[in-house]
Amino acid sequence: MNLELSHLSCERGGRTLFSDLSASLRGGELLRIAGPNGSGKTSLLRILCGLLSPTSGSVSWQGVEIRRLREEYSKQLVYIGHAAAVKDDLTAAENLRIACTLAGLPVSAPEIRQALEVFELADLQVRRLSQGQRRRAVLARLALSGSVPLWLLDEPYAALDAAAGRLVEELIEGHVARGGAVVYATHQDTHVGASQVIDLDA
Amino acid sequence: MLEAARCIVVRDLLIAWRRRSDVATALLFFVIVTSLFPLGIGAGPDLLRSIAPGVIWVAALLSCMLSLGRLFAADHADGTLEQQLLSSEPLGVIAAAKALAHWLVSGLPLVLIAPLIALQYDLPAPLYPVLALSLLLGTPVLSLIGAIGAALTLGLRGGGVLLSLLVLPLYVPVLIMGAGSVEMAAAGLAPDGQLLLLAALLVVAAAFAPWAIAAALRISTE
Repeated sequence: MNLELSHLSCERGGRTLFSDLSASLRGGELLRIAGPNGSGKTSLLRILCGLLSPTSGSVSWQGVEIRRLREEYSKQLVYIGHAAAVKDDLTAAENLRIACTLAGLPVSAPEIRQALEVFELADLQVRRLSQGQRRRAVLARLALSGSVPLWLLDEPYAALDAAAGRLVEELIEGHVARGGAVVYATHQDTHVGASQVIDLDA
Repeated sequence: MLEAARCIVVRDLLIAWRRRSDVATALLFFVIVTSLFPLGIGAGPDLLRSIAPGVIWVAALLSCMLSLGRLFAADHADGTLEQQLLSSEPLGVIAAAKALAHWLVSGLPLVLIAPLIALQYDLPAPLYPVLALSLLLGTPVLSLIGAIGAALTLGLRGGGVLLSLLVLPLYVPVLIMGAGSVEMAAAGLAPDGQLLLLAALLVVAAAFAPWAIAAALRISTE
């Protein structure tokens, strides 16, 4: 497993967020993207999952440019974005089942129930949940995504309480220990030891 | 591949069911607009009979426009659209499923209720099947073409009005064939030609629109 960022630069609204950014990520490695608000952490993550094209430079997965791989690449990654990515009108379990089906992960009802239990979530319509609980409902997907090699997480700890934060840290550490790769953006300090850091402030 | 498409259709139908009032507004709009014409124009049966196909079809176009704005906007706002773009299946499949769900929710009810509306216009009973068939073939084209516009105007300010300006001209062929088929039948001619052309439009739209929707979605979410 190999994710290669070569000479990436990104311009948004006439402002250069970062330029000539190169890095390489292998299985079992954890890459942290650091930087203050507005420094381009989310843009970089969106470029890494193929939602955004970089102004110049390229991202390759196993040596092939991700633009050419499209859904072949999408199959290999989990992206948890800034937005909640849950539907208010559906229950936490329905949201989780849809997210997994779209990602091509076959999951059974007991597995979903178990993932929700890990995150201490009742199977309510999402509109009845608090911000933190919504975030838990999204992150519960990580508990089912062990087989997906690449995790891209945007501010995974935002809105979470200490217990849920630890749970996510454990999931990330477990995934790295299994040989998966994790990229996450955060401006907070965490206890997870990152093997590489990209600081967009510099 | 079918699993993901089925998942999207079921999801959108479930959301529509839990937000029944949204669906009902578009349908009520159709009923009210078509009911206003006899009130405004007067109840001369000959006049009503001759304007019925055109009025019903125009109202169907407008009612379809009403629900198009929500097709991708809600998913875009809460971030679920990004997850659909990152699905393990080709985006065209997802786009086709979204358009199908939109038709089931906002097109199919029009097909079913149209004969009832035609009653108000004193349309002769033998024309009902032609009207329903023309809507059955035409409304899916409206959903498919409209979805391209909805995807292109995603996230724009004043997108709703722009969407109408963009999409309504593209609806003209469907309107001409759809209303034309009923008028042909009313004149005692066989409507087969117009209906076959509508069917051909549907086949072409079903084959190409999903990929156009997919490309438009990628552009507007960048």
